[in-house]
Amino acid sequence: MFASSEATEVVGALSSGWFLEHAWLIPVIPVIGFAIIILFGKRLPMKGSEIGVLSMLGSLVLSAGAASQWITRVNGAAEEQFITPVVRVWNWWQIGGMKFTIGQSIDGLAIIVLVVVAFISTLVQIYSLEYLRGDRRYTHFFAALTLFSAGMLAMVVAEDMILFLLGWEIMGLCSFLLIGHWWEEGANSRAALKAFFTVRTGDVGLLVGISILYFASNEWTTKELGVSGFSIRGISAWALSGEPNSTVILIAAIALFIAAIGKSGQFPLHTWLPDAMAGPTPVSSLLHSSTMVVAGVFLVARLYPVFFTGFDILGTGSNLITIIGGITIIIAAALAFVQNDIKKVLAYSTVSQLGYMMMGLGAGAWTPAVFHIFTHAFFKACLFLCAGSISHSASHHSFDMKKDMGGLRKFMPITFTTWIISTLALCGVFPFSGFFSKDEIIDNVGHNGYNTFMIIGLVGAFMTAAYMTRATYLTFFGAPRGAAAGEHHEEHDAHDAHAPAHDAHDPHVPHYEGDTHAASGPHESGLLITVPLMILATLALGSGFLNATPFGESWERIKTWVEPSAVVVMAASSDGHSAEASGDAVASEEGHHESPCGSETPEDGLCYAPQLKHAPFAWSKAAVSLIIVFAGLVISWLLCVALYTRKDKRLVGLTQRNAALGAGYRFLDNKYYLDALYENVIVKAIAGPIAAGAYWFNQHILDGILHAVAGTSRTIAGWVYRNIDQRVVDGAVNTSGKATRGAGGVLQPVQSGKVSQYGALLFSAAAVAALVLVIINT
Amino acid sequence: MFVNQFLILAAILFCIGVYGVIARKNGVMVLMAIELILNAVNLNLIAFSMRNGSADGQTFALFVIAVAAAEVGVGLSLVLLIYRNRRTISLDDLSEMKG
Repeated sequence: MFASSEATEVVGALSSGWFLEHAWLIPVIPVIGFAIIILFGKRLPMKGSEIGVLSMLGSLVLSAGAASQWITRVNGAAEEQFITPVVRVWNWWQIGGMKFTIGQSIDGLAIIVLVVVAFISTLVQIYSLEYLRGDRRYTHFFAALTLFSAGMLAMVVAEDMILFLLGWEIMGLCSFLLIGHWWEEGANSRAALKAFFTVRTGDVGLLVGISILYFASNEWTTKELGVSGFSIRGISAWALSGEPNSTVILIAAIALFIAAIGKSGQFPLHTWLPDAMAGPTPVSSLLHSSTMVVAGVFLVARLYPVFFTGFDILGTGSNLITIIGGITIIIAAALAFVQNDIKKVLAYSTVSQLGYMMMGLGAGAWTPAVFHIFTHAFFKACLFLCAGSISHSASHHSFDMKKDMGGLRKFMPITFTTWIISTLALCGVFPFSGFFSKDEIIDNVGHNGYNTFMIIGLVGAFMTAAYMTRATYLTFFGAPRGAAAGEHHEEHDAHDAHAPAHDAHDPHVPHYEGDTHAASGPHESGLLITVPLMILATLALGSGFLNATPFGESWERIKTWVEPSAVVVMAASSDGHSAEASGDAVASEEGHHESPCGSETPEDGLCYAPQLKHAPFAWSKAAVSLIIVFAGLVISWLLCVALYTRKDKRLVGLTQRNAALGAGYRFLDNKYYLDALYENVIVKAIAGPIAAGAYWFNQHILDGILHAVAGTSRTIAGWVYRNIDQRVVDGAVNTSGKATRGAGGVLQPVQSGKVSQYGALLFSAAAVAALVLVIINT
Repeated sequence: MFVNQFLILAAILFCIGVYGVIARKNGVMVLMAIELILNAVNLNLIAFSMRNGSADGQTFALFVIAVAAAEVGVGLSLVLLIYRNRRTISLDDLSEMKG
């Protein structure tokens, strides 16, 4: 039972390698790093931060090695061959007849997310070296950050849903720790609790979904594939086999999607994401680009066959995923217009971009959505780190664009340039990376028959361009205001007195020696901050060319490397070695090979992935979306100049004068009253009427019964007392009392009240009893 | 099988636990020692379940783990309250008896 059996499934024809075979080390390294930091971190010369950076670098090297070997594997495969994931499975534990395994399953999706997570985590850790220098919980910060990445990496390599769930929950816990890093401020710890509980609400869906899938698929997967119903491969094949009952799989898909809604901040559970800005900026950057929020999207992409079959994705014009994704795109983008906090603008922008990914997945645009995870990670991480750089070096730890920023482009040329590049990438301007992913999503959504959602996507692109222009204008253009103009906050005097009332984002409580930026005004940040920014901006500019659809098929590398091939694989024998693909794919009119996977029941074999459709690229369609984006940029720019610099009389105070606009502004400013709904209605309902009702029930019904019973027993007891107790019992008791008293006097020294003596007596008595037992038995 | 080694390890753990319960004065340390004892028992249960090839012992151990978690919760809150009332968690100072 304790011996580990090892099953390696690699088809001989496909190349593999050490990095692919040992990809399970990628999450293990940061876990070990976490243990070292937590145990010895405070004694190390750099307070444990070096272990964090080194472990992430180790993961990055392994991920890069695995990626290059995966590419060799794909390039070496035949045209219609199914590229099997590199699977290694160990027995974890077993109880009764159930066996739980742990293992890795590395395919294209896992590789692309592994590379992104390891890369962004490394850069964020390097950035944090400078950003959090002097923080009082420096070591704990790095420990939590490392474990956080480990959770995400474990979830990505997971072969089965148990490990997936484990990684998922580790991330939930670490996000709580990191968002509430400065928990001395009440607002921060409230934000951490809110994030934790909101995500937990969704997590119930994950547990339910995993359970449903296990009980529905276990029998089939054990028979056909020899794996349990927790195995992701097993579930995928089962979902496409035509076996599952459509209601069961629909309910499972909905349950899993609820988990994705919670984790990925989709409407209506998005409210925790903007509040999560209470954490240090590197945390926001990591949380919002590559880990945590991407987990929900990753869940949908990972178990795509379940959603594909459950929601009948290519057969309908709308489904739950696209509706939620579409709503999220629009409402989050609208909220970004009324924020004054630069990080909150970026937070809502993340929510909106996650809406794009969800909508893409829901409409069958799997590859563009996964590619959008890839590009979005770079430019969003860069934007957040820019915001951190500004607050660190220019605006004196303030994130308020209206009060403390403006005109910063002259002081911070590197931050400004990287910000502009990332903003253009986010808006989807050709040839920045966002164009290649976002435009593909919109294009494919329309191609697959989801026309309404294509229009929503275009409207979202317009809004994205407009709110990012507003944020850029307020931050970098116009006249410097507040801290950016060299003014000091009133609290600044309080700094030196270590007063607790303070800017919620200030990492330096208490202040360390040599804090220079108060004296020298806005300036560019140090190299530890600007180098990660430059690396990320380069990738925000260039990463789109990895899947540049406009330049023809040879440029679509991500599609070749990542998209699972939808070919019918011969049924695997139960000892786990799959045979090669059967070549019964037929050529369609588009010249692509259409496999029956996803659309009909595969005969004589299994499918692991549905056949996806790809929209042919057309410059005319791209031109429409580019024109929309440019319109957004220009209109927003003109409005910003008129409103913020020239203070146009017609625009300033418009929301106060016009009742309809004022109402709209208040509606947005209060975030659609969703927070009010959750806190005042739902929480108060449980705390108020329901609790009061329970109290009333307790007081009147239960107590009433109790009083009646008590009254009756009292009458009976009175009689018993007078006749039996006083005469019969008391006589006996008094006699025995005297005897006991004598005995008590003798035993009094033993009752010392010292617990350890009692313990010693107890154990010695037990030892004597054990001896007696042994003697009797022999 | 290796049952003997498990039993020996469990016995050692048990003895350390008993020593801790008797010799330690700090309430938290005593609670930790009790945990050791419980886990020594768990180890025995699992070792015997392995030898007998039945899952009963494992099931039992799971229950023990759950109960132990509850026990630590209650125990720590007791220690906390004792500390609030008396500003000490030394068990020897708790006695109000005269014996």
